[in-house]
Amino acid sequence: MKKHQFDVVVVGAGGAGLMAALYASKTANIAVLSKLYPTRSHTGTAQGGVGAALGSDEEDHWEWHAFDTVKGSDYLGDQDAIEFMCYEAVQAVYELEHYGLPFSRTPEGRIAQRPFGGHTNNVTGKPVRRACYAADRTGHMILQTLYQQCLKNHVNFFDEFQVVDLLMVNGAAAGVVAIELATGELHTFHAKAVIFATGGHGRIWEVTSNAYAYTGDGIAVAMRRGIPMEDMEFFQFHPTGIYKLGILITEGVRGEGGVLINGNGERFMEKYAPRAKDLASRDVTSRAMYIEMKEGRGINGGRYLYLDTRPETVNKYAALDGRKRPDGSPYIVTGEEIIAKLPDIVDFARTYLGVDPVTQPMPVQPTAHYTMGGIPTNRFGEAVIDENNTVMPGLYAAGEVACVSVHGSNRLGTNSLLDLIVFGKHAGLRAAEFANGADFQQLPNDAADFATTQFDRIRNAQGTEKILDVTMGMRLVMSDGVGMFRTGDGMQAALQTVGELKERYLQIPLTDKGRIFNTDMMNIWELGNLLDMAEMITIAALARTESRGAHARDDFPERDDVNWLKHSLAWVKPNGKIELRYKPVVITKYQPKERVY
Amino acid sequence: MEVTVKVFRFNPEQDKKPHYETYKLQAEPTDRVLDLLEHIKGYFDGTLSFRRSCAHGICGSDGVRINGRNYLACKALVKDMHSSRITVEPMLGMKVIKDLIVDMDQFFAHFRSVLPYFINDEPAPQQERLQSPEERERFDDTTKCILCACCTTACPSFWANEEYIGPAAIVAAHRFIFDSRDRAASERLKILNDQFGVYRCHTIFNCTVACPREIEITQAIGEIKKAIVTGKLD
Repeated sequence: MKKHQFDVVVVGAGGAGLMAALYASKTANIAVLSKLYPTRSHTGTAQGGVGAALGSDEEDHWEWHAFDTVKGSDYLGDQDAIEFMCYEAVQAVYELEHYGLPFSRTPEGRIAQRPFGGHTNNVTGKPVRRACYAADRTGHMILQTLYQQCLKNHVNFFDEFQVVDLLMVNGAAAGVVAIELATGELHTFHAKAVIFATGGHGRIWEVTSNAYAYTGDGIAVAMRRGIPMEDMEFFQFHPTGIYKLGILITEGVRGEGGVLINGNGERFMEKYAPRAKDLASRDVTSRAMYIEMKEGRGINGGRYLYLDTRPETVNKYAALDGRKRPDGSPYIVTGEEIIAKLPDIVDFARTYLGVDPVTQPMPVQPTAHYTMGGIPTNRFGEAVIDENNTVMPGLYAAGEVACVSVHGSNRLGTNSLLDLIVFGKHAGLRAAEFANGADFQQLPNDAADFATTQFDRIRNAQGTEKILDVTMGMRLVMSDGVGMFRTGDGMQAALQTVGELKERYLQIPLTDKGRIFNTDMMNIWELGNLLDMAEMITIAALARTESRGAHARDDFPERDDVNWLKHSLAWVKPNGKIELRYKPVVITKYQPKERVY
Repeated sequence: MEVTVKVFRFNPEQDKKPHYETYKLQAEPTDRVLDLLEHIKGYFDGTLSFRRSCAHGICGSDGVRINGRNYLACKALVKDMHSSRITVEPMLGMKVIKDLIVDMDQFFAHFRSVLPYFINDEPAPQQERLQSPEERERFDDTTKCILCACCTTACPSFWANEEYIGPAAIVAAHRFIFDSRDRAASERLKILNDQFGVYRCHTIFNCTVACPREIEITQAIGEIKKAIVTGKLD
């Protein structure tokens, strides 16, 4: 076994991990471990924009952004953290530009901005241009730019190292155990501070926009070490995934004027969100789509709707809405403009659907998209591990793996990229500061034992189960029972099935007995992570007897602020049972009220 | 439809030399070749090894050679292969580690050699550095690169000599050289004006054909050659 020592170890090399690395490396000796090459990280697939109230071409204020985020969260977001993020957003975006990020530009040469779901002018209630974009590959540009800057700053990368355990000594983080995929060798990374930036777990559901890599490894590793997870019952379904495949079609399409159309040819969103219409928040829009399809108004009665971005459709509804350009002229688009602003979307539609979005509407359905819950942190990225927000020394988390909570029960579009850069930065700064004032904990000689035990079990498993059958079983039951609409009975049944799947999981034999790039073994381990999280999500969701944001229950259709204006915390106890406790939501100045778009 | 998938196999812990395995399976015309590989791994042989992540052509993990041409396996649809016989091999010119997984170290070393990061040491303004839409458009094409290596491993000049820095690294340099905000164009041009730099490109266009992001790579290389000769960036 190889041993390494660094002040700070960053796990994950997406936007949050790289931002943390960039900042931590200014004052500390750090390493970044990633199971992928950094540029393969899921941040790269984010499309539409990063939210910041720059006001490039119309009035906007960070306070409006904060209110929209609170409202979007269905009042479950912590308002101190939200205000911090939205205030910091403006400088954070300028900073990305200073790092060279090639944002699209306004005619005046400023950073271009487009409307996005749930982002409004707080006076008129109408959509505001707040999403700072680089065509429809904003995430790609953020990921590339941050990786480039890390190279410039000589950050140490350990590419294709899968972290499989978190080491803790005396209640503090003391490092991680990782498998070097190219050799199969175990490594321990002894550290004073560990930053988890491992992303989400959208592979739990059947139709998903999430990468194969999105198996929630950071959450799984931390929860097995007794760290609680916050708000795991909240998972976002994005309205527009490519039919069957789930590949994301950015909300930016609707920001540019695209509309959702049902089987009767109606623009149905105005029924559900009279002011914001197609740019209502994602939970509202996805549920509206689900209802349209359930009531037989899918296209040809099927399980999909149309996202129509043909110029004639865009222009028709823009005229009806009275939409104007920043200079006051009527909003009229051409096919060329659609292609220029949404080149990747046009490419995806042509490649995977055989549809040209300039001349044909795109078949879409809601797709599993974003993990609101995760490792509880405060706004400095410090892990807080109980209902009193007690800080765990040396452990940090940022990005999708973390729950600050700025997204509450429903994230607004463009706030994920913002979350990465703001909290990635602060986690990096805090971790380095902590490491510079702390000593290394003494690691025990058997530091790698817990990891070794897990992989020995996988190597020695007996049985005839197939990994893909267990995977698909989980994805189907979680979509049916713990998806966009939930009931107590449905979730009970899902919990039962997940329990059975966990038994079957133990009977998946390992085919590949080798050491080098044993992706068979890693896939099995990742599936184990997903199953453990599926169980925790279901238990947390069953307990919450209300509907809020992404958690919509047919049997409890109303939000219940009296009993449920609180965050859940879920622990895996040593006997394997899951314990739930709760902590209050931080409210500064936005009192909960009815949520209408 | 039934498809026959022939896959390059090499396990360094067992095999002295590579061989091919053939699998027959049912596929939809709209299936991705990546879906076929997943099916083979999941049901026929768990030892089959390949990289993949996003599965829709953005992360750049699954560059492979399919029926003799480089693709991302997630962007190659069965129907586009125009044949029910599909051969999948690792990208050429790089050392095979296992099955379809190649050693990317040198590829990234070439990438790092061109100063692939924004350089401008002038004090930044309070807000953004201004850039007109036209100036931004000048290097738009090369910002799309996902470092999948489909271009470099399709290039005969790279096959002939792996010291050649290759199209992907040149694309990375282009993205900064033609960015009006960057200040290190001349240093990068100096790096590329080397015996293993842009002049190894013989405008064969394989890179442009192979690029899953449809970047006009050969044109970008030509623009850099011109800049080296004229000393001008227009």
